[in-house]
Amino acid sequence: MMLGIHRSAMMSCMLLLSMVTVDTMANDVRSGYEFIKPDTREIQDDDFANPGLLAVDEGRELFNSQQGGAGKTCSECHGEEGGDLDTGNIARYPVYDEDSSEIISLQKRINLCRENTGGDTLPSNHPDLIALETFVRHIAVGEPVNVQTDGPVSELLKAGEKLYNTRFGLIDMSCYQCHVLYPGQMIRGQKISQGQGNGFPAYRLDTGEVTNLNQRIQQCLSLLRAEPFDADSYEMELLELYIMSRSNGLRIETPAVRY
Amino acid sequence: MKIIQLAIIVVVTLLADRAYADNIALDRSGPANYCNWQAVDYGIAEPLCGLVGDADRGRAIALDGSKGNCLACHELPVPDVEAYGTIGPPLSGVASRLTLPMIRLRVVDTRSFSPMSIMPGFYRDPGLINRPGKPYRGRTFLSAQQVEDVIAYMATLK
Repeated sequence: MMLGIHRSAMMSCMLLLSMVTVDTMANDVRSGYEFIKPDTREIQDDDFANPGLLAVDEGRELFNSQQGGAGKTCSECHGEEGGDLDTGNIARYPVYDEDSSEIISLQKRINLCRENTGGDTLPSNHPDLIALETFVRHIAVGEPVNVQTDGPVSELLKAGEKLYNTRFGLIDMSCYQCHVLYPGQMIRGQKISQGQGNGFPAYRLDTGEVTNLNQRIQQCLSLLRAEPFDADSYEMELLELYIMSRSNGLRIETPAVRY
Repeated sequence: MKIIQLAIIVVVTLLADRAYADNIALDRSGPANYCNWQAVDYGIAEPLCGLVGDADRGRAIALDGSKGNCLACHELPVPDVEAYGTIGPPLSGVASRLTLPMIRLRVVDTRSFSPMSIMPGFYRDPGLINRPGKPYRGRTFLSAQQVEDVIAYMATLK
């Protein structure tokens, strides 16, 4: 009898312990900042050295000037320097729009704004669009990423996760294999990160360009010697949504500096 | 519309996984110039296409970032490397730990016996590759000769 109680107590203790372990593992979300080299961190932290801030300045100028030929500036609606934008709202992107059943990324939102004010739209990942995206995202620096995960989005996230776990290309690797199984290990002289989205758009030392998450995913696929998905394909929307949801709780660092 | 697209993606990825599993179990016939190989006891005893490898060429291929790119993930007894990869095991002394047939299978297609391995198959059946980039369709990562060269180099790592 005593032994029985003892055993069940031990069992529930172990069960509790294993639950705690799984929980901490699930919550161990770490920004790419923790995986980059110390001198790369210094560049990111120094407002005079971080080349990504040039894109922020460029975006600010575009924001305050006429956009899309509609004779209207972004700042007319959203305040000088975007001061009327809600940083908590910026941190929710990509968002799911129930009316149109569409995933709206930040660059898609900017294009919709241009369209709704009678202007023209820019092609995906156009340099002006990336500058605007970088500027707007930068306004929300420090805000924790807060992508919706419940309701209709939960099914979309499952589809995104499925893509995340799918092997692509001649290297025949999935996002999951590198960014979930091997973060912290060295590859080509760099530490593998968790592939989080909170720093994007980010300045990449490797390419010397400010790159949004969409482009970064495509660059990863090319490295795998896979055929990248088109920038505005549904697969990219699902991957971006899923990857950004993995970053929930991490503070926005745009423009981060990454390898 | 989006729901349909979503359903299609889910079905296609599921089918891709099925095809992947089925292909493993079936034969390994690739394009006409792909030499079939057979794994016995976790090794491939016969050289690919009956070719003879060259250790010096193999070393160059192993170190070339666009070819073997072994240093990306492995340690090798090579001086002046900034930081060795730590994804895979160190390769110094590998020929003392594994037989040549075992090394050959690991370079050719580790996943054939270790499905979750992150190691790319350098002579994996092109028919098993999902969504290869246009220039790589129907091709293996390295040619059979390059694989045999790399194996000849590995054989020197005692």
